[in-house]
Amino acid sequence: MLSYLPIGIFVAIALAIVPLTMGLGWLLRPKRYDPVKLEPYECGIEVHDTLRGKVSVHFYLVAVVFLVFDVETIFLLPWAVAFDRLKLFGFVEVVVFLALLVAAYVYVWMKGALRWEE
Amino acid sequence: MTGIWAIVIPAFVKILVIIAVVMTGVAYTTLAERKVSAWMQDRKGPNRAGPFGLLQPVADGIKFFFKEDITPKEAYRPIYLLAPLLTLFPALITFAVIPFGTSVTVAGQTYPLAIAPGMNLGIVYLLAISSMSVYGILLAGWSSGSKYSLMGALRGASQVISYELGIGLAVLSIVLWTGTFDFNAIVADQTGGWGKVWFFIPHFLAFVVFTVSIFAETNRLPFDLPEGESEIVGGYHTEYSGLRFAMFFMGEYANMITASAFVVLLFFGGWNLPFVRYEWFGPLWGGLLSMVVFFSKIAVCLFIFIWVRWTLPRFRYDQLMTLGWRRLFPLAVLNFVLVATWLLLRGRP
Repeated sequence: MLSYLPIGIFVAIALAIVPLTMGLGWLLRPKRYDPVKLEPYECGIEVHDTLRGKVSVHFYLVAVVFLVFDVETIFLLPWAVAFDRLKLFGFVEVVVFLALLVAAYVYVWMKGALRWEE
Repeated sequence: MTGIWAIVIPAFVKILVIIAVVMTGVAYTTLAERKVSAWMQDRKGPNRAGPFGLLQPVADGIKFFFKEDITPKEAYRPIYLLAPLLTLFPALITFAVIPFGTSVTVAGQTYPLAIAPGMNLGIVYLLAISSMSVYGILLAGWSSGSKYSLMGALRGASQVISYELGIGLAVLSIVLWTGTFDFNAIVADQTGGWGKVWFFIPHFLAFVVFTVSIFAETNRLPFDLPEGESEIVGGYHTEYSGLRFAMFFMGEYANMITASAFVVLLFFGGWNLPFVRYEWFGPLWGGLLSMVVFFSKIAVCLFIFIWVRWTLPRFRYDQLMTLGWRRLFPLAVLNFVLVATWLLLRGRP
C-alpha cells in the first residue's frame, strides 16, 4: 500500500493549490457588481429562455448505451492481464461475451439510437 | 532518511518538479498555440511581452488574477463555483502515475523518475481519473443557467463518453498484448530486444482509434463542438470569467499534455530512442537525458495537436457521433479480437 502514498500526497497538494490560487485572486480582483453584469450571456438581445429542463432524448440514449459498453470494457481489463493463464478457455468465454455484445450493438444500431442525422 | 520519509521526501520533490513542469508546459503551450497559428496564417502572433512574446503567458496569468469573478443570477451557485475546480483537479492528478524517465542516481541513491514508482496499475488509474473530467464539463454547463452553456455541456458530455469507448478498447488491446497495467513494463516491451518496436507499427489500428479519440476527449479541433465559437459562443464555459475561466483553460491544456504523454508511452516507446541506451551516459546524465527525450516527444505531439487544429475544419455533430459509434467503435472491437486471436495462436513475442 505504501506505493500509493505518493498519489495521496499529490492529491493533497493539488487540493491545496486550488484554494490558494482562488484566495489570491479574491484578494486582487475588483468586485464591482451591478445587475446587468449578472445577466446570462446573450448576443445583444434580451434573454427569454434559459432552457433548463429541456434536453434532447438523444443525449440520454447515448449515455445509457455508453454505460453498457463501458462496463464491458472494464470487465475485459482484468481478463486481458490474465490472458496467459486462461488460454483457450478464457478466449472462448470472451468471444461468447463479445458476440452477445455485438448483438446488442446491432440492435441499438437498428433501433436508430446511434442516428443523429434527423 | 529511513522508513516512510524515504518515500515521502523524494515523492514531494518529484511532485513539485512535475507540477512546475506541467504548469510551465501549459503556459507555453498556449503561447505555442498562438505563435504557431499565427505563422500558419502568415501573422506574427504575440510579440510585445518580452523577447518574441516569451513573457506573454506570464502577462496572461497576472491578468487572470485581476479579472472580476462573475456568478450570473441564473446560476446555481455551489456547483457553478465548484465546476472549474472539478476540471482542473483531475487534470493535475493524472500525472501521478505517468513515468517520465528511467531513473537518476544522486549521492548513491537511485530515484525512479515517476511519482509513484511502485504502483503497477498506472493505466487503470489514468483511465479512471481522466474520465472524471466529464463532471466538470457537465456541471459547469448545467449550473450556469445559460442555453449556450447547457448546449455545450450536453454536447461535450456525449462526445467525451462516446470516445472514451474508443480509448478504452484501444488501450485494452495494448494491455492484452503486454499483459500488464504498468507503464514501465509497456515501455520496456517496445525497446531493447530483437523484434521489439514502438507499438504504433504492430498496433496501427489501435493507434489510429486512440489518436482520433484523444482529439475528441480533449475537445480539440476537428472535434471542438462543446465550445464551437461560431454556434454556441464559448460552450460550457460561456459564463465563466477570470480565474475560474483560467482553470478550465489550464485543465484543457493539462489534459492535452496528459493525452500526449499517454500516446508517447503506449505507442512511441516512452523515453526511449532507437539504438540509444541510457546506460552509456552514466546513472545521472542518462536519467536526465531520458526525461528530456520524453518531454520532447510530448512537445512534438502537442505541435501535432496545434497543426491539426489549423488544418481540419470542424465536424458536424451527427458526423462526430457517427464516426465515434459506427466507425471507431466496431474498428476498436475488431482490433481487439484480432489481437486476442493472434496471441492465442502465436503467443506473446
